Amino acid sequence: MYSDKVIDHFTNPRNVGEIENADGVGEKVSSSCGDRMKVFLKVEDGVIQDIKFQTYGCGAAIASSSMMSELVIGKTLQEALDLTNDQVADALGGLPAPKLHCSNLAADALHDAIKNFQATTA
Amino acid sequence: MKRIYMDNNATTAVRPEVMEAMLPFYKEHFGNPSSVHWAGRETGAALEAAREKVANLINCTPAEIVFTSCGSEGDNLAIKGVADVLRERGNHIITTAVEHPAVLSTCEYLSKQGFEVTYLPVDRYGMLDVAALEAAITEKTILISVMWANNETGTLFPIEQIGAVARKHKICFHTDAVQAIGRVPVDVQAAQVDLLAISGHKIGAPKGVGALYVRKGTRLTPLIHGGHQERNRRAGTHNLPGIVGLGVACELAASDLAGTAQRLRKLRDRLEQGLLAIPESQINGHPTERLPNTLNISFNYIEGEAVLLFMDMQGIAASSGSACMSDSFGQSHVIEAMGVDPMMANSAIRFGLGYDNTDADVDQVLEILPAIVKKLRDMSPFYHERDVTKATA
Repeated sequence: MYSDKVIDHFTNPRNVGEIENADGVGEKVSSSCGDRMKVFLKVEDGVIQDIKFQTYGCGAAIASSSMMSELVIGKTLQEALDLTNDQVADALGGLPAPKLHCSNLAADALHDAIKNFQATTA
Repeated sequence: MKRIYMDNNATTAVRPEVMEAMLPFYKEHFGNPSSVHWAGRETGAALEAAREKVANLINCTPAEIVFTSCGSEGDNLAIKGVADVLRERGNHIITTAVEHPAVLSTCEYLSKQGFEVTYLPVDRYGMLDVAALEAAITEKTILISVMWANNETGTLFPIEQIGAVARKHKICFHTDAVQAIGRVPVDVQAAQVDLLAISGHKIGAPKGVGALYVRKGTRLTPLIHGGHQERNRRAGTHNLPGIVGLGVACELAASDLAGTAQRLRKLRDRLEQGLLAIPESQINGHPTERLPNTLNISFNYIEGEAVLLFMDMQGIAASSGSACMSDSFGQSHVIEAMGVDPMMANSAIRFGLGYDNTDADVDQVLEILPAIVKKLRDMSPFYHERDVTKATA
């Protein structure tokens, strides 16, 4: 039921972990299934230098987290804020319909981390 | 990669002896058992021989066996059939919160038709309180439907005590015995059951065949109207190859019930002990009153579907009743009814051992699964926060 890309990102998730003294930390909990994602950012000159994540959830949630992290590393905060949940799902080659909500965690958690970073630096 | 199948509560492989017995009924013995000519007579004899084998396994007379297409059909025929016949006498049905959807959805349907349904709760082991069941009986109660063994946890209900209560109050008693058949002794006389549903594909017969035991004198409105098959209780041309297969599967199950149960229990217990060595894991189900082949276990801080996917990639087939399954949201109604902590409930994994499983299979799962749990916990924010709490405590 999952694409090869989903399986790849689920089996070998990129950027799992935590950044000590992260510049921004954010998270998102899915209201429909309780999945939870936490994002840690290292930001320099408005660019995401490093990103790590921790995810509690199913295969789709973990793969979405991993894909999101790959999509935004090296991107500006504005580019990262423009990333949508649909773009994450598309980059994974799509997700089965009942699993689409699982991918919604990734961009939301990222945006939360960016907003927290901006709030502390403002 | 060696493939290991440990999802026998979902379905089983057709046993070789069953397959062999069925094949002639696709080829040379193709007659309709309802026909009077030679072709019908030879299949008619096979139909009745199969009926006797099914009856032997559960200690009833062959005439009390109605062949069906599956366990769900048996449950539907029993519940709707009795409800329809007895609706003038009362409209109250007693069941439990942890039944298979074939029972729960049928009761929900009937509640829209004016029936009142009581869903009895279970304790943290998934066990039913028989005193509470008796207390739920009213003058309007026409049917008690309580499963023999739970499909998710394997917890065995005290069917003989429930049967005694039903008999004392002269209430019709149906049990979904789909998971119990072939795994524990099932005796409809000792249990004082009136209706009992059986599914073929859980015991090494093919999919598409089942049976309903209907105690002599129990009246039912048929689900399927048509010809006079099955003494007017279930119309439709017989699935003869499937029925022959079900008969052989029942015969095989009866021939070594205790031996198979003991062998599977040993394997299951070793799997259980090995996996319980993982910190913060727990069994979902009754410690002793449980099917010998079933293990439902949770690993805190991680999600069941992710565990299943990793196991699948390493060739292990098990199942999960977790929150994020493809076709159903919300956690398992069974685990929820047991009051299991939601995060523990979300990681519940069910192993259903079967005839083909070996010690080597258990060894392989014990080698692979702890590493999967560790990998997923390393990824889980809940697990890391727990470490922090512990460190500062």
